[in-house]
Amino acid sequence: MSIEYLGLDSINGPLVVIEGVQDAAYDEIVEFSVHRTEQKLGRIIEVYEDKAIIQVFEDTTNMSLENTHTKLTGHSMELPLAPEMLGRTFDGIGRPIDGLGELNYVSKRDINGDPLNPVRREFPRNFIQTGLSAIDALTTLIRGQKLPIFSGNGLPHDKLAAQIVRQANLGKENNEDFGIVFAAMGVKHDVADFFRRTFEESGVIDHVTMFLNLADDPVVERLITPKVALTAAEFLAYDLGKHILVILTDMTSYCEALREVSSSKQEIPSRKGYPGYLYSDLASMYERAGIVDGKPGSVTQIPILTMPNDDITHPIPDLTGYITEGQIVLDRTLAGKSVYPPINILPSLSRLMKGGIGEKYTREDHQAVADQLFASYSKVNDARSLASVIGEDELSDTDKRYLSFGEKMENGFIGQELDENRTILETLNLAWDMLHILPREELNRIDTKLLDKYFDEDR
Amino acid sequence: MKQLGTIYGINGPIVYVKGRTLFQMSEKVFVGKEKLIGEVITLDNERTTIQVYEETSGMKPGEPVYSTGSPVSVTLGPGILNNIFDGIERPLKTIAELSGEYIHRGADVKLLDTEKKWPVHVTVEVGQEVIGGTIIAEVPETKTILHKSMIPPDIEGRIVEIVEDGEYTITEPIVKVQKLDESIIEIKLAQEWPIRNPRPTKSRFESSIPLVTGQRVVDSLFPIAKGGTAAIPGGFGTGKTMMQHQIAKYSDADIIIYIGCGERGNEMTEVLEDFSELIDPKSGNSLMERTSLIANTSNMPVAAREASIYTGTTLAEYYRDMGYDVAIMADSTSRWAEALRELSGRLEEMPAEEGFPAYLASRIATFYERAGLMQNFNDTEGSVSIIGAVSPQGGDFSEPVTQNTKRFVRCFWGLDKALAHERHYPAVNWLDSYSEYIGDLAAWYRDNVSPDFVDNRRRIVEILHQESSLMDVVKLIGSDVLPDDQKLTIEIGRVIRLGFLQQNAFHSEDTSVPLKKQGKMMEIILYLRKRCKSLISHGMPMSLLQREDIFTKIIAIKYDVPNNKLEMFDQYKNDIDEFYTKIMEKNA
Ligand SMILES: Nc1ncnc2c1ncn2[C@@H]1O[C@H](COP(=O)(O)OP(=O)(O)OP(=O)(O)O)[C@@H](O)[C@H]1O
Ligand SMILES: [Mg+2]
Repeated sequence: MSIEYLGLDSINGPLVVIEGVQDAAYDEIVEFSVHRTEQKLGRIIEVYEDKAIIQVFEDTTNMSLENTHTKLTGHSMELPLAPEMLGRTFDGIGRPIDGLGELNYVSKRDINGDPLNPVRREFPRNFIQTGLSAIDALTTLIRGQKLPIFSGNGLPHDKLAAQIVRQANLGKENNEDFGIVFAAMGVKHDVADFFRRTFEESGVIDHVTMFLNLADDPVVERLITPKVALTAAEFLAYDLGKHILVILTDMTSYCEALREVSSSKQEIPSRKGYPGYLYSDLASMYERAGIVDGKPGSVTQIPILTMPNDDITHPIPDLTGYITEGQIVLDRTLAGKSVYPPINILPSLSRLMKGGIGEKYTREDHQAVADQLFASYSKVNDARSLASVIGEDELSDTDKRYLSFGEKMENGFIGQELDENRTILETLNLAWDMLHILPREELNRIDTKLLDKYFDEDR
Repeated sequence: MKQLGTIYGINGPIVYVKGRTLFQMSEKVFVGKEKLIGEVITLDNERTTIQVYEETSGMKPGEPVYSTGSPVSVTLGPGILNNIFDGIERPLKTIAELSGEYIHRGADVKLLDTEKKWPVHVTVEVGQEVIGGTIIAEVPETKTILHKSMIPPDIEGRIVEIVEDGEYTITEPIVKVQKLDESIIEIKLAQEWPIRNPRPTKSRFESSIPLVTGQRVVDSLFPIAKGGTAAIPGGFGTGKTMMQHQIAKYSDADIIIYIGCGERGNEMTEVLEDFSELIDPKSGNSLMERTSLIANTSNMPVAAREASIYTGTTLAEYYRDMGYDVAIMADSTSRWAEALRELSGRLEEMPAEEGFPAYLASRIATFYERAGLMQNFNDTEGSVSIIGAVSPQGGDFSEPVTQNTKRFVRCFWGLDKALAHERHYPAVNWLDSYSEYIGDLAAWYRDNVSPDFVDNRRRIVEILHQESSLMDVVKLIGSDVLPDDQKLTIEIGRVIRLGFLQQNAFHSEDTSVPLKKQGKMMEIILYLRKRCKSLISHGMPMSLLQREDIFTKIIAIKYDVPNNKLEMFDQYKNDIDEFYTKIMEKNA
């Protein structure tokens, strides 16, 4: 196992080729020693007889065909695991960087994970209250769900994620054990610091494991970061029984790294230069959210991604949306109107919502109210564009009411303060306040019984 | 099992063996020390290429590759229904018993349970001439479905021995057949069939019977025939999966094969949970008793995803051969096409559009060609209907998978992002969806639902088209300036959209609706329109009509009239008449 090979046969971007190796396995991790001083890791991505093509996780800048020693490790990429990972900070491939010393590792696991058997999954049904009306009422977060935030550069996705962390009843209410796994891929230092401060201020820092690959860290390394984070999350959830919330930011940087490696391999791209396997690759991570039947913990994921050019049809948000169980979409126009959180509710969706709301969990009218808010809000834009053509005064009375409804929705319902934490009942009551702006005949998504109960004609 | 080669190179799911080998095309092979299942995909003098159905991590050059001599096949026999398999028919429950919550590779499992004893009733006699397809025994496979074991397609001869009725496993001989060449062959409850070969039938014919789904926009507007093909394209979150769940639950097929191809794990769990609890109104048993699930979720190996479509189709054809109407839900065919693309990319084949291989169109065509209403060799009639979800990149229907699918299916249920955003479900766009079966099915609707069903359908579609062009105008200038008859078209369009097209999957009454009620709903909407028209021709303005609650009332019929109380429609007719008289009297 410990044969060392001196020299390489080619270096091309993050890829190196070495010939004459014995016993190299596909997907095996190799260790490089450059000049005998600098250590790097790599992974065998193709192997032909005694020739291995290796993807180097760190920068290949100092490597030469002569100065590099290569050693096979005999295993694929593994993460050592310890219960005291909570409260600690690691680099993008899982080495502690907080100066608090080594951990007492109890086990080691392949970071790629194995697929969960669908017959052993438990369908997620538990509502997590975030205190944010747009989310709780319209795109309800469910424990064990994967619900990404689709954002754009400069939009307040970090603030929103932080507010969810601060306000969500991750387990506090029922005294259940919870934890947060935070993975940063290519984000700036101030973003990582912002999250650390948030965790400290809300008193959960002892429950947080951070994996940081920052903007100036090696690009290829960030291909490992989310996998390492999810391996830790699964350990904490399924071995230790905790409810784990995983925040992955920014998935766009991850995908760009994948594209970079793919293009240096000269693979045939599909759309916008991204490799054809981007979908499978993202799925192998997003699908690691969930609940295992008969086990106490859970893994909930909130991946954050910035949509290039705010384009929701770009392959990164597009493929993500095809895998995740909904999405929360932030919108520049709303942000421009100073609405916080600037959630565009129409393209936002929570697919697991239906199982976790209603009489048993939130309130009987929840689904109907949500459907109605969506349906009515979708008419606001028509009224607005009509107003811009024929003038507001010329609008019919109903259209005028839609304008006012849209205004109130954005400022009084979707919009809220950074520290405003609304209960679900407050949120639903507020929703009825909104619906009262409209004439009753317009509320065709709510059945007569509920309308009779909650809609007061005289208001 | 013989070693015929050693691994030379590994690139993800693709493994190469160097030189000229004795492997056969499409042969099933075992790859490496862990004996992972693979399939030979190309052969030439220089090398043999194999796609591996499991994760190849850790595999090394120099490891052996074993031959099996037969193509990648599925086992067909009792035990398929009320069960869930991966893309190559390995039972997921058995895998869970072996390896817990995660699927580890190299699981050595039998495809169907070989220990279970099934009660068998033999239906042939000694001396009887048999051909491929002849039914030799009946087994109550589930509470709902009587399994009919058949002579495998390529065998012909005379029965020389049968067993007594009793309990047998799928590997015990049930009858012995002397073939035409005098050799004797044992026939068991189970048989093997290569997944990429369609099972043969006597003849194919045009279907004139709809696959009734209980979904109004399908049954009334864009129906599919039994043995037909349909595509459901739509961007993420537009409702493809929900629509397939609904059809799987409520359609009048005998058997459902649900293929989760590269989609979410939780959705399969949901189907398993839901279908086990839901009662099939036709049989009174749980829906799982007529269902088989193929689950190759997005995080499972990509080569098995490619195979899952064929596995599911072969299972469906097998039940068709018994004389059943089978419906396949394939969610999503785009993931299958992408698996083709991924494998093709690894093979460095010349790509055509957007990286997809040039053979994409022909693969899609051969898949949908396996649908059809058939006359089987045993003279039963059976059908395979295929309903495939398509997940276009960026929600853009001009991409290669949608376009090529459109060429080979006869129903197109296009889902619309804008409709989904306003939560108009099912988000089927009524303007660009179509069904080419309407003509073929017209007589059936006339005879079995109502004489004017097809006519009414046409009128409803016309109103929707008129409404849509009027709405383009309204968006620019508002509705006030329109003449009253056009305002009426808009109002009736609204009633159709909200009261008829929108259908709430979560409402106990509305989730599935019988054809008779669908017909009556169209009738009553058209009746309302007729009376309103007459009022308008008498000079009554639309604003006056809209003050009445009759429109709201008609919209609510879907919730207010239970599916088994269709006599209530008479009352609605009276209500419309009263509304008419009231307006006439008050304003004459
Ligand atoms: N008929 C319906 N009735 C009520 N809600 C629906 C209906 N169809 C879809 N929905 C809602 O839309 C959501 C998304 O639907 P679905 O999962 O079927 O989308 P999809 O097209 O399969 O998306 P993807 O391509 O990402 O898998 C559902 O979770 C549900 O909330
Ligand atoms: Mg789907």
